[in-house]
Amino acid sequence: MSTTTERPAPPASPVPAARPAKTRRRGESSPMGKALAHGALILASLVALFPVLWILYISLGPDKTDYLHPGEIFGKLTLSNYHHVLFDTDFFTWFGNSFLVSGVTTVFGVMVAATTGYAVSRMRFPGHKPLMWSLLVTQMFPIAVLIVPMYTILSDLGLLDGYLGLILVYSTTTVPYCAWLLKGYFDTIPVEIDEAGRVDGLTPIGTFWRLVLPLARPGLAVAAFYSFLTAWAEVAFASTFMLSSSKYTLAVGLQTFVSEHDAQWNFMAATAVLIAIPSSVFFYLVQRHLVTGLTAGASKS
Amino acid sequence: MSVAVQGATGKGSREREQRPGLLERVKRSYAKHWYAYAMIAPVVLVLGVLVIYPLVEGVWLTLTDANSLNSARTIGVNHIPATYKFVGFHNYADILWGPGSYDRFWSHFVWTITWTVLCVVLHYTIGLGLALLLNQKLRGRAVYRMLLILPWAVPTFVTVFSWRLMLADGGAVNGLLSALHLPEPGWLDDPLAQKAAAILVNTWVGVPFMMISLLGGLQSIPAELYEAAEMDGATAWQRFRHVTLPGLRTVSSTVVLLGVIWTFNQFAVIFLLFGTSGGSDAQLLVTWAYRLGFGQQPRDYAQSAAYGVILLSILIVFTAFYRRWLARNEQANG
Repeated sequence: MSTTTERPAPPASPVPAARPAKTRRRGESSPMGKALAHGALILASLVALFPVLWILYISLGPDKTDYLHPGEIFGKLTLSNYHHVLFDTDFFTWFGNSFLVSGVTTVFGVMVAATTGYAVSRMRFPGHKPLMWSLLVTQMFPIAVLIVPMYTILSDLGLLDGYLGLILVYSTTTVPYCAWLLKGYFDTIPVEIDEAGRVDGLTPIGTFWRLVLPLARPGLAVAAFYSFLTAWAEVAFASTFMLSSSKYTLAVGLQTFVSEHDAQWNFMAATAVLIAIPSSVFFYLVQRHLVTGLTAGASKS
Repeated sequence: MSVAVQGATGKGSREREQRPGLLERVKRSYAKHWYAYAMIAPVVLVLGVLVIYPLVEGVWLTLTDANSLNSARTIGVNHIPATYKFVGFHNYADILWGPGSYDRFWSHFVWTITWTVLCVVLHYTIGLGLALLLNQKLRGRAVYRMLLILPWAVPTFVTVFSWRLMLADGGAVNGLLSALHLPEPGWLDDPLAQKAAAILVNTWVGVPFMMISLLGGLQSIPAELYEAAEMDGATAWQRFRHVTLPGLRTVSSTVVLLGVIWTFNQFAVIFLLFGTSGGSDAQLLVTWAYRLGFGQQPRDYAQSAAYGVILLSILIVFTAFYRRWLARNEQANG
């Protein structure tokens, strides 16, 4: 800005430069305020980060009681817990199961939620309102009322202790919220785009698939992240429906380290860290979409 | 204005269409909306089979005395048919005013309400505070944002497990408290401390979602409104009160409703923090219902489901009032 040019000085500077407090641009705060904001954010970040770092640290201690005297871990840092978990347990089986279930839930759930969200966002059909209501009400169902009948139904359908059963059950928990989220996102995409597609001879479903979905990528990313995380971290359904140890997901497998007489906290910590890696990677991939994807619709509807 | 007029005429024409006979109407509606129905069919199907049907079945169970000893089950090759019988509203009566109903239901009810209110208030205020800080022009904003969402990005059972280690006797939290010469409560054993610990952990888990949602809401408030307010000489507090809060109304109403529903039904935090047997006093209605249905022998399916139906009714009543209250507010504020 201060480079010497032949351009005339900016005309709008009658205020002497000695009063920076008055010429501060909007959205910028005083140095004092800034320091306070940084202080608060650093404190909050530490609180947010600490438990995650803590379990990482505990997972490096070799004994199961190390979490009680964490200072001693420093002297004996080791990766032996990871070695044990990776090579002496069924970790890879659990991991594969979890990955399969969460992956299919994500793809299936987001697809289904997207078509529903689109239909609800664009079309006024009889049954529109009841559908929106039931999507909201479905989120209120406590698992206690569903889990027993679901168990019976899955066992009648022969889906108990199988991947498909768990995938369908997870979809029922993720789809209602994702459909709401995506409906909100589709509402922000101008209807003119659909109309242009229709004029060019696309079917409603073609418009949706070729024009609207690509524009809704942030919303889809957030919905996918939500679905994946929900399925990846679910405990109650998985521990009730998956009966044989070869079908355990990670959340269930983790519990096998704790029995009545022995709790192997160190192995649990190492497993927990390993479990957190894929979801953190997923999170990192979608995090720049999070803010727009999550509230684009909510702020408008 | 023109939108309203359009909507009104659209409605009128639809009403006129609806005069022909029922069959004709269904046929026409199908011809007109078949693609909408095709698009929602998968959801309706999956939700119908795995939610509506279980719900009906669950409500039926609450009217019986079903438990794991008299339900249909298969032992080896023998299939034993169900022998439970219809008992009417006995389960509800027993839960709500039967002997010991205070310990079994009302104490958990009061705690669940307290828990929901405290957690949602904490989520919302902390989330809003952080969102306001993040909405400024600050160096390193993206980094802060990423770190602050972390509790949401790491699976709950991992972070709750970490909290469990930190809150254990002699764990990190009490280590810190003893270094500061403060009392060291037994977070996982003492009834009152258990509740405090549960709220602490759930707040930690739930703030990021609120923060991100509200941040999105803040970013959608047009900057011109703030400029206009500043021109009129509004102080920072007045700008917050009269521009920011009204601008966040729609986002807030959605996330608060979702927050109440999710917190009220929060299962994972309590379940993972105290396990299936510990922390009787800190059990929410939902974890208590799960314990009745799956955490004891014989498993009491009927009572567990009855708790579930009561929970669901509470939420539906709350939502109906909440939406009416929102609508009235909306009207009052134009």
